[in-house]
Amino acid sequence: MKGEAGVRLLDRIGRATIEWLDEIGFAAKLFSESLYWLVVGHRQKQPVRFSAVLAQAREIGVDALPILTVLTFTIGVMLAIQGIYSLRSFGAESRVATGIALSVVREFSSLITGILVAGRSGSALAARLGTMKINQEIDALTVMGIEPVRYLVVPPLVAMVVMLPLLTLWSHLVALTGAGFVVSHDLEISFGAYASQIIEALRLGDLAHGLAKSAIFAVLITLVGVVNGALVDGGAEGVGRMTTRSVVHAISAIVVTDMIFAFAVTR
Amino acid sequence: MNVVEVQGLVTHYGDRMVLKGIDLSVAEGEIMVIMGGSGSGKSTLFNHLLGLLRPTQGVVRLLGHDMHHLPALEMLALRRQIGVAFQSGALFSSLSLAENIKLPLREHSDLDEKTMNIIAQMKLEVVNLAGFGDLKPSELSGGMIKRAALARAIVLDPRLLFCDEPSAGLDPAVSSAIDELILRLREALGMSIVVVTHDLDSAFRIADRICVLDGGEVIALGSKDAVRASSLPRVQDLLNRRNVEALLDRDAYLRRLLGEG
Repeated sequence: MKGEAGVRLLDRIGRATIEWLDEIGFAAKLFSESLYWLVVGHRQKQPVRFSAVLAQAREIGVDALPILTVLTFTIGVMLAIQGIYSLRSFGAESRVATGIALSVVREFSSLITGILVAGRSGSALAARLGTMKINQEIDALTVMGIEPVRYLVVPPLVAMVVMLPLLTLWSHLVALTGAGFVVSHDLEISFGAYASQIIEALRLGDLAHGLAKSAIFAVLITLVGVVNGALVDGGAEGVGRMTTRSVVHAISAIVVTDMIFAFAVTR
Repeated sequence: MNVVEVQGLVTHYGDRMVLKGIDLSVAEGEIMVIMGGSGSGKSTLFNHLLGLLRPTQGVVRLLGHDMHHLPALEMLALRRQIGVAFQSGALFSSLSLAENIKLPLREHSDLDEKTMNIIAQMKLEVVNLAGFGDLKPSELSGGMIKRAALARAIVLDPRLLFCDEPSAGLDPAVSSAIDELILRLREALGMSIVVVTHDLDSAFRIADRICVLDGGEVIALGSKDAVRASSLPRVQDLLNRRNVEALLDRDAYLRRLLGEG
C-alpha cells in the first residue's frame, strides 16, 4: 500500500512537471510568434493595429493610475515610518532618505506595480481570452483570416511592455513623495532637502535596474495571462479557475524573477 | 467544379479513431448537409473543413486548395472566400453587431468607414436585422445571434459558406426561418453551402444532398430520396429517431412556453 501511494505521488509529480514544461513551451512559442507578427505583420497583410495597442495601453496604464497612486503613496509612507524607526535605534535616521530611495527605485516600485497590474490586467486578459475561446471567438478569428496571436496577443504585450515601466516611474515619484512627507515632518527637514538627498542617493543604474525588471514583469504578466486564457475549458467555471490561476502564477513568476534578478545583478 | 473535396480523412484523438476515412465532395452551388447524432464525428469533420484541425491522414481541399499545405498568404486569400457561421454565433462580445459584421472588411479591405457602414447595413437587411446594428451580442436573442452570425459570414461575399448547427436550440418557427434564410442566400448570392446539423427536419428542408455520418464513417451519401431509401439499418435508425426526437423537442418547447421548466 505504501509503495502504491509512492508511485501515485511520483506519477502526479511527473504529470505536473510535464504540464508545466508544456506551458512554458507554449508561452515561448507565443512570445516568438508575437515578435514575428510585430516585425513582419505588415508584409503578411496582418498588421498590428496602433489603435488596438493604444486601447490596451489605456486599459493597462491610464485606468490603473488611481489605485496605483493610492497604493504606492501608502507604501512610501510606511517605508519612511519603518525606516526612521529602525535607523533611530543606532542614531542614523538622517540617512533614511538613501535607504528609501534605493529600496523604492530598485525594488518596491517595480514589484508593487507588477503585482497590481498582474491582478488587474493579467487576470482580465486571461478571462477575456478564456471567454473568447469557449465562445469559439478565437476559431472565428482564424477562419476569418485574422491571425489570433497578432490580433489578441501582440497589442496587450506591446502595451504592457511600454506601460509597466511608465507606471513604475510614476510609482517611484508617488512613493518617494509619500515618504518625503513623513521624513520632512519627523526629521524636521525641508522637502527640498529631502529631495536633494534622494537625487544624490540615486544613480542612473538604480533607475535602469527597476525599469528593466518591470519590462520583464510586463512580458511575464502578458504571457501568463494569455497561456491561462488559452488553456480554458469547461465553460464559465473554467474561466474562473484559469483567471485565478493566472493571477497566482503571474505574481509567483514576478516574485521569483525579482529574486533571480536581485541575485544576479545586485550581489 | 467541386468546391469541397475530402479524401481518406482519418483523425485520432489519442488512441481513439474519430474519423475513419471520410470521402466527400461538394459541387459548386450545392447545399450539402452533413448529418449525424452526437458523437458521430460531424463536429470534428466540420473543424477539419475549416482547417482548424490537422488530420492524421487524408486531404481536405477547398476551392481547389489543399488546406494543410498552403502558404500563409494564399491561405489568407482562401479564407476571404469562405464564410463561417458557428453554432454559438461566436460574435465578438466587446463589439456591437454592426462592428462585428464590419470586422472582416476592416481587416481585409481598404474601404472607408462610410462604405463599410453601407455594406454592414445591407448584410443586416439580408438577414432581417436592419436597425439592430448598435446592439451588443448579449442583447440579442438566440435566433438573432444565428442570423447575425450568418450576416458576418457573408460580409465578404464568400463563394463557400459553412454553417454549424444553424437551427440548434431554437424553437421550430425560428428554426424554419433560418432554413428559409439559408435557401435564400444560395438563390440570391449563388453560394455553395455546407451545413452541419443533427436536426433532421432542417436537413431535409434545405439539402440538395445529404451526407450521413455515424461512428466516424459516412454511412449514406446522396440526394434526400436516396438517403431516405437507404436500406442500411443504421441510416433507418437515425431517420426514425427523428420522430421521437421531434416529439421530445416539442414537448420540451411546450413546457418552456408554459413556464414549467
